[in-house]
Amino acid sequence: MTLMHKFLGASAALALTAGTAAADPAILFDLGGKFDKSFNESAYNGAERWAQETGGSYAEVEIQSDAQREQAIRRFAESGANPIVMAGFSWATPLAEVAADYPDTKFAIIDMVVDAPNVRSVVFNEHEGSYLVGMMAAMASETGTVSFVGGMDIPLIRKFACGYAQGAKAVNADINVIANMTGTTPAAWNDPVKGSELTLAQISQGSDVVFAAAGGTGVGVLQTAADEDIFSIGVDANQNYLHPGQVLTSMMKRVDNAVYDAMMAGEDLETGFNVMSVANRGVGFAMDANNEPIVSYEMLEATYGAAADMASGELSVHDYTSDESCPALDF
Amino acid sequence: MDFATLLQMLDATLRLATPLLLACLAGLFSERAGIFDIGLEGKMLAAAFLSAAIAAVSGSVWLGLFAGIGASMMLSVVHGLASITFRGNQLISGVAINFLAAGLTVVIAQSWFRQGGRTPQLTGDARFNPIDLPFAEALQNVPILGPIYYELISGHTILVYVALLMVPLTWWILFRTRFGLRLRAVGENPAAVDTAGVSVIWLRFAAVGICGILCGIAGAYLATALQAGFVKDMSAGRGFIALAALIFAKWRPWYALYACLLFGFLQAMSLRPDVIENVVGFQVNGQFLDVLPYILTVVILAGFVGKAIPPRAGGEPYVKER
Repeated sequence: MTLMHKFLGASAALALTAGTAAADPAILFDLGGKFDKSFNESAYNGAERWAQETGGSYAEVEIQSDAQREQAIRRFAESGANPIVMAGFSWATPLAEVAADYPDTKFAIIDMVVDAPNVRSVVFNEHEGSYLVGMMAAMASETGTVSFVGGMDIPLIRKFACGYAQGAKAVNADINVIANMTGTTPAAWNDPVKGSELTLAQISQGSDVVFAAAGGTGVGVLQTAADEDIFSIGVDANQNYLHPGQVLTSMMKRVDNAVYDAMMAGEDLETGFNVMSVANRGVGFAMDANNEPIVSYEMLEATYGAAADMASGELSVHDYTSDESCPALDF
Repeated sequence: MDFATLLQMLDATLRLATPLLLACLAGLFSERAGIFDIGLEGKMLAAAFLSAAIAAVSGSVWLGLFAGIGASMMLSVVHGLASITFRGNQLISGVAINFLAAGLTVVIAQSWFRQGGRTPQLTGDARFNPIDLPFAEALQNVPILGPIYYELISGHTILVYVALLMVPLTWWILFRTRFGLRLRAVGENPAAVDTAGVSVIWLRFAAVGICGILCGIAGAYLATALQAGFVKDMSAGRGFIALAALIFAKWRPWYALYACLLFGFLQAMSLRPDVIENVVGFQVNGQFLDVLPYILTVVILAGFVGKAIPPRAGGEPYVKER
């Protein structure tokens, strides 16, 4: 009887591996879920685009807690999925543990670096995208003051602020850039009330364009900017639709492109360091019907010009995280 | 710092103090009746979520407000059942409520609206809009008083005025009515109240219920007046600052108002590092301002400034006979 069970189990396992021998890609979303209107949804859109264009299918999972991370990666790796894409820096620790156990499987992690021979680490040049929206902010501002609301005070968010200030100052050297951080704990990502008050305080200091890189706190910033009739700038995904005609643009991280590229490459995924910059359209700003009426031709001309210069290497934007300092802004 | 900046900061103070004040008065009713409530945060959060959800679906902010109060009341009933009827540990019940609200709001929001644990954005009548008090426009050019009236006092949402009116009302209920006397007595010496033939259980449930209503208003204020929708964990620790304010105020309504205004002012100051730098001449760390409410409370608790004596029967379930 036990022997019988073993045989049955073995044949079932064989059948399973045979079923996935075609090696479909898999994607793992971070906490927050795939319909978060931001980071994860962007990753989902990339996977969907791949599925539509190739007619292929992919496996996916939305985890419910941090404890499921390692288990989720292992399950996909065991079932033969290849490559396995994961969105979010929190995947780095479990992936570093797991990657060596599955040397034949290719992994891609977005927003973090994992040093393993079978992992592609995708990072974004947020400072370049922030520079472009900073230019637009400076051109849209009538008061000569623009502002920035960050979430938690971490180097990544300072990288946004620093790029933004550099862009604004490139357009108008005398411009006043106000930067505030919401807090120093993870609660700062979800405090829209404080985001609103920071925005009001910045408005009273003369700001008329505010850039929010603050997760859930940014919802409050954009709302208050709309209520007070000033321009705001969204982040990560295209948030122009939140307040049509009042969100000047959104600094986009093309997570969807990163996912799409990884899935397209399939089992031949090139591992190592992968930088998504303005040059390869990994970061940029959003234009759609919602903000078309408020973005002038001059703004587009100047920002596209700067983007071209970045791509060609003529213009380099200082990255705060490279030396923990910013030439354009005091923190 | 000029007059306009000061007014702007005081304006922010009033907005930020309002949820603290409502939650603080809520805690005051509950703790005066002998029921410690560290679940203020969770109740606010639940109320914030349901008020925004119902306002978004129905388009009416008033329905949202009532739904928010209902959500907060539900949790109050849970707290009451656990700590009054079943004589459980009040602190543990409060912690449980905080966890329950933090998790449940996001899960339900995700399953209803599929927006990553948010509610849709509220517009128009689904939100409390600022109201202008009479003559505010006409009087705004009167020197000093005009701007104060126009900028500071007028132009808030109705819930701000409700919160301010709750202070004298709370004082009147607690110190001028029979119900208030009994409620305070039940927090000091429930056996005496019981001997007089008044139900301790009923009084404590009434106090916890009032606490639920006030927390409900506080949560609705966050989601439908200050903001236009619910975001995960949006109460951001305000329930705990309100508890600190309650201790700071030594469980008295008027002091609660002053404590909340002070804490609100500290929060407003941390929004304007440039102003602080101008006034005191050096850069003050924003985290220091954030932590000041707690430092002040510890100072008070340590007995350096007056003495904070909690209600004597606080935290103890009432047992009639052993």
